Amino acid sequence: MRNNRRGEHIIRFDSVGLRYGLGPEVLRDISFALPSGSFHFLTGSSGAGKSSLMRLMYLGLRPTRGRVVLFDKDIAMTRRYELPALRRRIGVVFQDFRLLDHLSAMDNVALPLRVRGVKESEVRKHVPELLNWVGLSEQINAKPPTLSGGQKQRVAIARAVIGRPDLLLADEPTGNVDDHIAMRLLHLFEELNRLGTTVVIATHNQFLVDRFTQYPRLHIDRGTVVEGE
Amino acid sequence: MFGRHSDLPLKGDATSRFLPWLVALMVYLSAVSLAGVFVLNGLVRSWDHDVSGTLTVQVQPVPGEAGEALTDERVRQAVELMRRTPGVLAARPLDKKQILALLEPWLGNTDVVKDLPLPRLIDVTVDPDISMELLELADRLARSVPGATLDDHRIWLSRLINLSRTTEWVAIAILVLIGCVTSATVIYATRTSMAVNRSVIEVLHLIGAHDDYIARQFADRSFALGFSGGLIGLALAVPSLTAIGWAARRIEGGFLPSLSLPVTGWVMIAMLPVIAAALAMLTARLAVHATLARMP
Ligand SMILES: Nc1ncnc2c1ncn2[C@@H]1O[C@H](COP(=O)(O)OP(=O)(O)OP(=O)(O)O)[C@@H](O)[C@H]1O
Ligand SMILES: [Mg+2]
Repeated sequence: MRNNRRGEHIIRFDSVGLRYGLGPEVLRDISFALPSGSFHFLTGSSGAGKSSLMRLMYLGLRPTRGRVVLFDKDIAMTRRYELPALRRRIGVVFQDFRLLDHLSAMDNVALPLRVRGVKESEVRKHVPELLNWVGLSEQINAKPPTLSGGQKQRVAIARAVIGRPDLLLADEPTGNVDDHIAMRLLHLFEELNRLGTTVVIATHNQFLVDRFTQYPRLHIDRGTVVEGE
Repeated sequence: MFGRHSDLPLKGDATSRFLPWLVALMVYLSAVSLAGVFVLNGLVRSWDHDVSGTLTVQVQPVPGEAGEALTDERVRQAVELMRRTPGVLAARPLDKKQILALLEPWLGNTDVVKDLPLPRLIDVTVDPDISMELLELADRLARSVPGATLDDHRIWLSRLINLSRTTEWVAIAILVLIGCVTSATVIYATRTSMAVNRSVIEVLHLIGAHDDYIARQFADRSFALGFSGGLIGLALAVPSLTAIGWAARRIEGGFLPSLSLPVTGWVMIAMLPVIAAALAMLTARLAVHATLARMP
């Protein structure tokens, strides 16, 4: 969708800190940069702050200190009305899916397109295709409450990638599926990555991390990010 | 407007189910107030027409020997005072012959009264475009010229006009108040609905929806609710107004020139549901924007 200039950073954190309310600092002194077109795993034990870091990246939260630069824009200096345009370049798979229960799988996946004002004929063409790809052609009109955990997860993934985002943030995207489907989904992410999308996958799934050793890791330990390994 | 796409489950939203009924009541009250304004306005205008143009000043004759001369002097003073009053174009005392001519239809042969001391009349022409404080003028006249009075039928009408004008303003104030109450209720209903749908709004927000994309959905819903309520209110108001008009026409005996609602009045009343719906839509939109502005 958008031409990525390889070599530039799609997102950069400078000494970022985050606390919830008056609680302790959950994340501190986080500094890293993701090159455009890269593919990273984000690891760390439960409660380490993976989802919190994701929230900062998809602009669901503002850091309590430090600087976040996304698509060459300093978030602290960005006007409110400019944020939707940035958010549309990000696809997010939420850890808790956040599907809209009153909408069918089709309409859930269509959301990012509709929000952008994409023509309904385009929507009706692309959404079923993608749902078919993630193996949900039977469930196209099913509402999330009637879907299994793994099916919901795949709807959530389809919603995250339908807009061909520049940055894909997937929080535990394979938590509810077997390794076979997990591999299939990972291949989908790789496919997107090949087309230019920068991908970050937060996961516990050691099986996956071991199968895809070619990708670098961001590891959260004691509230801060350690790159590589 | 009604068939537009919506991602929010607002159709089955129980929080705003009372809204049409409230709008119906408000539109009903507005229709009655508006009809009142129009009818009063019509009355005032026709009375105003009667009153404006000319006035009459009466000067009581002074009895006694020197009476005639003193009365002449008072008439002169009254004419002087009227001519100095802003808005008066001309003040002309009628001479005895003219006064007798005025009396003739009632008295027949005026020879009988020719020698009686008759009240003197001054015919005053006023500029109909300038509104005059008749009560104040009458007061001033009575104080400065003994025995002089301003035609008091007109003063009474002027009092009635004042009262009608006040009532008109009260009715307009009621309309404004109704608008405010409706807006406040729409704001409350919208906020409640937003709280109920908070998680959906958050997802739309994070996916990159502009505030207006979300606001529009609430506004559409609010318009639909406001419009249906407005139609109910209108459906109730029209028979009521027709009945009142019908009852009024039966007592209309010259005293009330015309109590019927003019066409513009009916048109405005017919537009009330649209106005109510537009108000509801606008208020909802603003309320959503205000709430969303607080999201990161
Ligand atoms: N909304 C919140 N309010 C307060 N504290 C929070 C909130 N969300 C997360 N936390 C705290 O922040 C810390 C990091 O949580 P986070 O959800 O980011 O961890 P995680 O690495 O995603 O864990 P998991 O692997 O179990 O999903 C935890 O200690 C958690 O209690
Ligand atoms: Mg998490």
